[in-house]
Amino acid sequence: MQLMKKDILDMQSLSVEEIRMILDTAENLKEVSQRPIKKVPTLRGKTVVLFFYEPSTRTRTSFDIAAKRLSADSISISASSSSMVKGETLIDTAKNLEAMNPDIMVIRHSCSGAPHMLAKRVPFSVINAGDGTHAHPTQALLDMMTVREKKGQIEGLRVAIIGDISHSRVARSNCVGFTKMGAHVTLAGPPTMIPRGIESLGASVTYSMDEAIHDADVIMMLRIQKERQGGFSFPSEREYAAVYGLNLKRLEKAKDDVLIMHPGPINRGVEISPEVADGPYSVILDQVTNGVAVRMALLYLVSGGKRNVDTD
Amino acid sequence: MWILIKGAKAVEPGLSLNGKTVDILIGDDRIAEILPHKDPAQEKEGLETAHGMIFPDRIVQGAGLLAVPGLIDMHVHFREPGHEYKETIETGSKAAAHGGFTAVCTMPNTNPVNDNAQVTRFIIEQAAKAAKVRVYPVAAISKGLMGDSLCEFAELKSAGAVAVSDDGNPVTNSLLMRSALEYAKGIGLVVISHCEVPELVGTGVMNEGETATRMGLAGIPNASESIMVSRDIALSELTRMPVHIAHVSTRESVDAIRDAKNRGIKVSAETAPHYFTLTDQAVGNYDTRAKMNPPLRSEQDRVAICQGLADGTIDVIATDHAPHSVIEKDVEFDRAANGIIGLETSLPLSLELVRKNILSLEQLVEKMSINPARILGLKRGLSPGMVADITLIDPEYSYIVDAKIFQSKSRNTPFDGWKLKGRAVMTIVGGRVVFEI
Repeated sequence: MQLMKKDILDMQSLSVEEIRMILDTAENLKEVSQRPIKKVPTLRGKTVVLFFYEPSTRTRTSFDIAAKRLSADSISISASSSSMVKGETLIDTAKNLEAMNPDIMVIRHSCSGAPHMLAKRVPFSVINAGDGTHAHPTQALLDMMTVREKKGQIEGLRVAIIGDISHSRVARSNCVGFTKMGAHVTLAGPPTMIPRGIESLGASVTYSMDEAIHDADVIMMLRIQKERQGGFSFPSEREYAAVYGLNLKRLEKAKDDVLIMHPGPINRGVEISPEVADGPYSVILDQVTNGVAVRMALLYLVSGGKRNVDTD
Repeated sequence: MWILIKGAKAVEPGLSLNGKTVDILIGDDRIAEILPHKDPAQEKEGLETAHGMIFPDRIVQGAGLLAVPGLIDMHVHFREPGHEYKETIETGSKAAAHGGFTAVCTMPNTNPVNDNAQVTRFIIEQAAKAAKVRVYPVAAISKGLMGDSLCEFAELKSAGAVAVSDDGNPVTNSLLMRSALEYAKGIGLVVISHCEVPELVGTGVMNEGETATRMGLAGIPNASESIMVSRDIALSELTRMPVHIAHVSTRESVDAIRDAKNRGIKVSAETAPHYFTLTDQAVGNYDTRAKMNPPLRSEQDRVAICQGLADGTIDVIATDHAPHSVIEKDVEFDRAANGIIGLETSLPLSLELVRKNILSLEQLVEKMSINPARILGLKRGLSPGMVADITLIDPEYSYIVDAKIFQSKSRNTPFDGWKLKGRAVMTIVGGRVVFEI
């Protein structure tokens, strides 16, 4: 079992077989996190740099834990603590890090395409932990893992992704990933938040929340990023919650076995009501748990993945 | 000093010898004579002309070449003063000469901005010292390009400015634009408008549409350009003053300009080779060499630009030559500077339109020489008495673009490595050969 890729940059560049391999590996590795001693020596001696140009708690912690459970040495660098604040360019920072021979760099960056630019210039593996509004492949993979775990398969399912599609790298990566694996993706939100040409990713688009959820097997709510709206995308959180928020009343229109997902962090009472977020259909915390497994799988697979991790 | 160009094909619409093989005699800085080419068999040592028997100091063999009135690029950025590490008047004008251009108009967004006579005079003095080609400064419309108040047009004109523009920034205040059109006409300056509604551009970094959405890059809609094109047309109609629209990139702008021209409004327009050659797909893998403002648009827009050139809606091909160094370009796409260089690729890319039967050779010469000269109020042509600004073109010259050997100081071109056909083999400015291959 081997992934023939140096980098994990977006869902477009992963094949169906590769996605399956990643999900299968993640399923196997999930068990490590349930042991009393949560560590295997698989990546002993490997160095993983977590390079976060944009604030992140969940994703960075998830990668950090994933690296440590595989016995890799991980080091975190954030924009505020890096030479970026002294005016160093991304390429220069990367070259300096390269001189210290890391094996993998996990990067989050506010500019779309930054991980791609980096990957072309450095010999080590680059894993995209979210770039601008472009891609968040590890989130898509952990979402797919969660759906597969709960539903048994992805093929043939209907997935509704609801919210600010324009600014969402999660929506884009899930759109590509789920469609690739045979699901049907519907995107919903106010027209001010649906970018032009998004259908080219294989999804259908509706502006009606009810239409999006009535036959959905999976409902994925997106965080309303208040800081990104600039005051023109919707008039108020109150109105947004009324039209595009997921609450118990609206949930009645969904299927009985629907899964409710959210990439986090959630705005309780805006895009999702607390009763729904904490309710029986919610798999929001399973997503977080699976995030560690998926990231372990990726760290392992881009490192060569020749050894069997089930042992030790 | 006499130079004789022998046996080149003259291309100049309206010239009686257009399309004929000719001999062109240059005496000092003027064209002395243009005659049907003489059979070499009957050739004597000298040339009988209205000036008597002439023995040329230099004979240029023009067989297989096109002789056209010197090309003019009415939209370039030479970065001097202020950003000499990107380009200087010397290096930019060398790039122009290599590209076949005999004259350029330099945009005012230097540092300091060319919004006062001292800067205009500095540019003209630098050009006199170092430039290979004629450099016509374009001064700012508003002080500091800030869009608040008019520059002193009369003083700028007397210092040598030929036009005014806030290029790089739109004039968002419609009253200021109206005043600029009216006031400039009285002074005798051309007004060039950079059309862009900033609020619609927002954080946009490339054309709005499928490619931008897929790449997660903020988009710039066509309407951000065409709304202001329509405004400027309305202001031109209101004031009965001419306006020149810079770097047209969208179908809607072409439609608006065509409609305005049909209604007799005094609007002229330019586009750049990249807008009729490339689409937003060139941004592809976050290639900052394809990042510019206005951005590369869709295939429908590209086709509309070609149509606009063919039917005369777009008068001029200008490059918007915008040099940037790796410091500005070798960064994240969002953070990269806008602009590409164009002087050394413009002619071959434009000749491609002739090969595709979109333009005739005569139309090409109109758009790269005759029309810019007319808009700027310059006299150009191959007739006797005209200034001897002549470009000799080998339309069959095939080569691979190598940005490393460009005369420009900068390398930011998406055409590096392209196989192109046709180029200037000699550029003559005022009777001086400033470039020959």
